Amino acid sequence: MKLTGAQIICESFAKEGVEVIFGFPGGSLLPFYDTLPQYPQLRHILVRHEQGAAHAADGYARASGRAGVCCATSGPGATNLVTGIANAYLDSSPVIALTGQVARPFIGKDAFQEIDITGITLPITKHNYVVMSAAEMAGVIKEAFHIATTGRPGPVLIDVPRDVFVEEAEYHYPARVDLPGYKPVIRGHSAQIKKAARLINESRRPVIISGRGVVISRAYEELRELAEKAQIPVITTLLGISSFPENHMLSLGMLGMHGMAHANKAVNEADLVIAVGMRFDDRATAKVSAFAPKARIIHVDIDPAEIGKNVRVDVPIVGDARDVLRDLNKEVVTLSRVEWISQMDEWRGCHMAAAIRDGEDLIPQYVIHSICEVTQGNSIIVTGVGQHQMWSAQCFCYKKPNTLISSGGLGTMGFELPAAIGAKVGCPDETVWCVAGDGGFQMTIQELATITQERTAVKIAIINNGYLGMVRQWQELFYGRRYVATPLSSPDFVKIAEAYGIAAVRVRTRLEVVPAIQKAMEHDGPFLIDFVVEPEENVYPMVPPGAALADLIEAPRTQLVAPGSDRVSE
Amino acid sequence: MTSDKHILVALVANKPGVLNRVASLFRRRGFNIESITVGHTEKEGISRMTIVVNGDPATVEQVRKQLDKVIDVVKVHDITQDSVVDRELALIKVKTTSTNRSEIIQIVDIFRANIVDVAADSLIVEVTGDEDKLNSLFRLLSSFGIREIARTGRLAMTRGVPPG
Repeated sequence: MKLTGAQIICESFAKEGVEVIFGFPGGSLLPFYDTLPQYPQLRHILVRHEQGAAHAADGYARASGRAGVCCATSGPGATNLVTGIANAYLDSSPVIALTGQVARPFIGKDAFQEIDITGITLPITKHNYVVMSAAEMAGVIKEAFHIATTGRPGPVLIDVPRDVFVEEAEYHYPARVDLPGYKPVIRGHSAQIKKAARLINESRRPVIISGRGVVISRAYEELRELAEKAQIPVITTLLGISSFPENHMLSLGMLGMHGMAHANKAVNEADLVIAVGMRFDDRATAKVSAFAPKARIIHVDIDPAEIGKNVRVDVPIVGDARDVLRDLNKEVVTLSRVEWISQMDEWRGCHMAAAIRDGEDLIPQYVIHSICEVTQGNSIIVTGVGQHQMWSAQCFCYKKPNTLISSGGLGTMGFELPAAIGAKVGCPDETVWCVAGDGGFQMTIQELATITQERTAVKIAIINNGYLGMVRQWQELFYGRRYVATPLSSPDFVKIAEAYGIAAVRVRTRLEVVPAIQKAMEHDGPFLIDFVVEPEENVYPMVPPGAALADLIEAPRTQLVAPGSDRVSE
Repeated sequence: MTSDKHILVALVANKPGVLNRVASLFRRRGFNIESITVGHTEKEGISRMTIVVNGDPATVEQVRKQLDKVIDVVKVHDITQDSVVDRELALIKVKTTSTNRSEIIQIVDIFRANIVDVAADSLIVEVTGDEDKLNSLFRLLSSFGIREIARTGRLAMTRGVPPG
């Protein structure tokens, strides 16, 4: 059967189970867009800026667990995708980016809207392609999806010259890929697993640090079994949040620069760290030479290059988190570490990390906590980057797997709104709350139009403190309170929302918070709440840059109450 | 830790951009390449890169793993510890006069090198060998004045059964 390049792309996408493409058309993509109506199973969502397409595909991928697809035209369309692709790369998200390119005879001539997008994205994609003939197309797409979704997932870019979209070729979708240089290791080495089990069985003060790898491989049950069987407290990285229920007796919450004091303390005192699907990022380890000074380290990761990259490892295990944990669970013995666990409870008792102080003033922690209360934790939280992100990590009690979507590695302000659109499209039955800062929100604010056009029922909470808050916090603590370029004037977000046809309210006091969230939940469709919060609230605890995990600053205040005090015993 | 020269051999799919992928990886991870050579192998579609890098063992191990992650890289070996044959070819243009030409020819003979071009005031020496041999020849010839040097970079192959 002879098809055009564009038809081959659509057929192949359909074969791969693609249901939605986030994109923005343009000259080189016209033949592709002209073909789309022949494939009604491929829904196209028009974004307002290509960065939004890449973030939406990323949010879709993280929420649904399937590859997210975005497309953009050559030149500026393609370069606008770059931040989104980099974001997906650093957080191991399976995104397929399709870009148009100038026609083959024009390549290398600096033609109108020509840019070397494969060159530009070389260091931020897991792999990329220029498809120079329609005959290669099906094979490339098969490989692209395989590479993006297996092993350590990541973005793959496919660049297609305009004339290849219209060139005809025989269509045959290959059943398998032939990639001799790509064979991810899934099963852990049995001798290594035995060695790890021996360390676990002999240890007295072990902790598990669970990362995004556990979420990606859906190893929730296996992680829980290990923790419960061997009575090991579980700490998560930022992107590991929701890999383990935070209302569990063994949950210690997040570690790192803004991690829980007791979690950081546990890492500091542990004699064994079992790191699963995490990569010892500097925000998680703080000063790396002082990380877990008393501990031996077992590191489970699917990417061999992550092992030994940042910290010394005693027992490396390359493999998929789920497979490795399943095998490991067979080798570890049932234990009750009464002393160590009661030590945890004691630390938890005297360090109210994610605490919310009483009072009348509207503080951001209370907003996040209230979203958790009203939704009963049944919501996907999508955040941008900054203070609101850290409060979202600290003050929401994540009980359900895969319910926090946040830009971790790249730290991309503006990720939240388009990623929330993607998450809602990927999981239409879930409640999706986009938690944004007033700074980052204005970086991708135009996607409100996408929400309206597509009737995407995203709920939006703007934590509006009139500052670029995290930078202001650093200026306060480390730059003598000189607030250079951080005071921020914003438009009236309620009027903005209304102009886009989205219902909205403003909240200035604590009393209004819960009713507003309830109203948003009851409203059929998207809803925006502008929370005008205390301008100079800081995120605590905080490990100052360059300091060790043990040297954290705690909130200088009294009258604290703990959120999520509904811990279950298990 | 000690910073040493390591020889990595990478078998790569002969696809457009593969050299760029490898070179870009070294640049952005801050690894120093001393030399890199690429050529066809006995297998169609597979090229062989010989890469000499400087670094302590942990850094070089990280280089090897990062290289292995590149989809078009089929296999990477660090053959530094193996028993290997390694060779490099150099062309050296040396200044000559009628009085010292025979002296240069003698030196070239001792090194089993060849003179491949002779002009009125210079000649070109072609030499093959390991790094030590090439460096000694450079040192000896430099007293006559060296106009230009072109080196291929090192090639290396494990003796006996090939790795992997």
